[in-house]
Amino acid sequence: MKERGELFKNGAIQLLLALNAVIMVYPLFVMVISSFKTNAEIFSSPFALPASFSLTNAERVWNETNFVRYLANSVGITTAAVALILLFSTMAAYALARYRFKLSALVLVFFLSGMTVPLKLAIIPLFIQLDSLGLVDSYLGLVLVYVAMGIPSAVFIMTGFLRTLPRELEESARMDGASELRIMRSIMLPLARPALVIVAIQNAVPIWNDFFFPLVLITSDNLKTLPQGLTVFVGEFTTDWGVLFTGLTLAALPITLLYVVLSKQFISGITQGAVK
Amino acid sequence: MKSGRRRTARPFPWRRSLWIAFLLAPALVVMMLFVLWPLLSAFRFAFYEFNGLRPTGFIGLENFRQVLFEKPFSDWTYNALKHNVIAFFALMVFENGTAFLIAFALLKALPGHRVHQVIVFLPVVLSAVIVGFLWKLFLHPLFGLVNQALALVGIGAIPWLGNESTALGSVLFANIWHWLGFPTLVLLAGMQRISKDVIEAARLDGAGDYVLMTKIVWPLIAPSVTIVTILTFIGSFNWFEIPYVMAGLTGSPGGATDVLGLYFYRTAFGSTTSGIQDFGQGSALAVMMFIIVAGVTAIALRYLRRREIEL
Repeated sequence: MKERGELFKNGAIQLLLALNAVIMVYPLFVMVISSFKTNAEIFSSPFALPASFSLTNAERVWNETNFVRYLANSVGITTAAVALILLFSTMAAYALARYRFKLSALVLVFFLSGMTVPLKLAIIPLFIQLDSLGLVDSYLGLVLVYVAMGIPSAVFIMTGFLRTLPRELEESARMDGASELRIMRSIMLPLARPALVIVAIQNAVPIWNDFFFPLVLITSDNLKTLPQGLTVFVGEFTTDWGVLFTGLTLAALPITLLYVVLSKQFISGITQGAVK
Repeated sequence: MKSGRRRTARPFPWRRSLWIAFLLAPALVVMMLFVLWPLLSAFRFAFYEFNGLRPTGFIGLENFRQVLFEKPFSDWTYNALKHNVIAFFALMVFENGTAFLIAFALLKALPGHRVHQVIVFLPVVLSAVIVGFLWKLFLHPLFGLVNQALALVGIGAIPWLGNESTALGSVLFANIWHWLGFPTLVLLAGMQRISKDVIEAARLDGAGDYVLMTKIVWPLIAPSVTIVTILTFIGSFNWFEIPYVMAGLTGSPGGATDVLGLYFYRTAFGSTTSGIQDFGQGSALAVMMFIIVAGVTAIALRYLRRREIEL
């Protein structure tokens, strides 16, 4: 009797999860199949599979829009920002985690308090600041804002991780006369790779997806990022739904593929901080 | 980083200090230039009159008076604020409530639960711009997927985003679809930390799933609930991208989807229609949003922490 009740309950749970999965995936599925359809097909038979898997829409996105340029900009900006976040934060975290010095507690608190600051709300002075440095409407300005935004939590995670590495490792290397730089680069950092991956994903996803800062800081079409470019694109092809769905599909494609391959790291990277 | 030949031997303490300073310098400089300084300026600017990009004179609380008490600004402020508050409660009930149910379902670890985790989190990794445009197309009154589906069961077309009574709800729905996976997996992680012994003991005492959920799991995931609540609050008061994409800069129709983030952006950087921009008023709005978020977060954190202990 109990067995039966259990079976029924598990069935209900599976049903709930399946329903949720459909709600999550079906819109994306429609987005993808619509990208192969003509406008007429989308309007008259929105649920059907495309009559043929034609790439006409994709060709138009490639030829008639700045899509590829936006994509390249996003790749470049995200890569540069994440690289600098990893470099600067690891350096600072290394100093905080492996050496004792007078102001270390204060410096750590300074970095940590940066985690609570919503930088969006400081966008006006930030804009004026970047303007006075001649960095509005440039890659560098946008990258520096992202780096500033990413450093606090990256320092937090890296400091916590680097502290857990055993002291004996560096002591013995020091005995052997290795320089501090060498100890850091050849002994400590290779051990920190898992933490670096988490920090990289935690920063790369929001930067890649960000829309607010480019909206304020970038005006030239040639410098626009992918999310920002999409708004241009949608403005141009308002009635051409086949092209619109293709643009959305192509914009979603890179990060979705990465996510499917690295879902574990993505999930722990993004929920890091909320899950302790 | 090309200082490979630098020897930082221990007998020279100043070399050690220099090395530490070198490690800290880049991060500190970036933080001071692009976080600390702008943040301090943000508070200062709220008390200044602006001409374009330049602060021209100290005017005390005038900017605050305008956005809080002078029409039409005050109407816009309260209208937007109201929608932020509605968004917070709606997200708490519908997004986090659903997330709790799904997390509890996933906790059972039935076959396929890992795939379901990956699926529920999939929209989270997409840009709000993609999600916003996708749902805007689906909610189109004539050709959108939603109305086409409703037509199959004989329900007439509803202009979801064009109707003042349905616009905010539609935008919230897209937001929930986008973010559902986040609270789900945070709550699930909280549930998975509950010791197996506790659950086993409850089961042996004859607790069913409902009792287990309300009497054991719910109190024991209080820390996760705290974090989800705080993040939902911060998220609802910084809400910008999905409303911008789906309903435009003015929160159409007729301000029905206007939120503080949009109003702040419009004030600071000019709306496409009016072209007016006012950094002073914008700074006052930013300071107020900051105070709301920081203040409520601090108070809520104390209350929720106490609740964690009591439960």
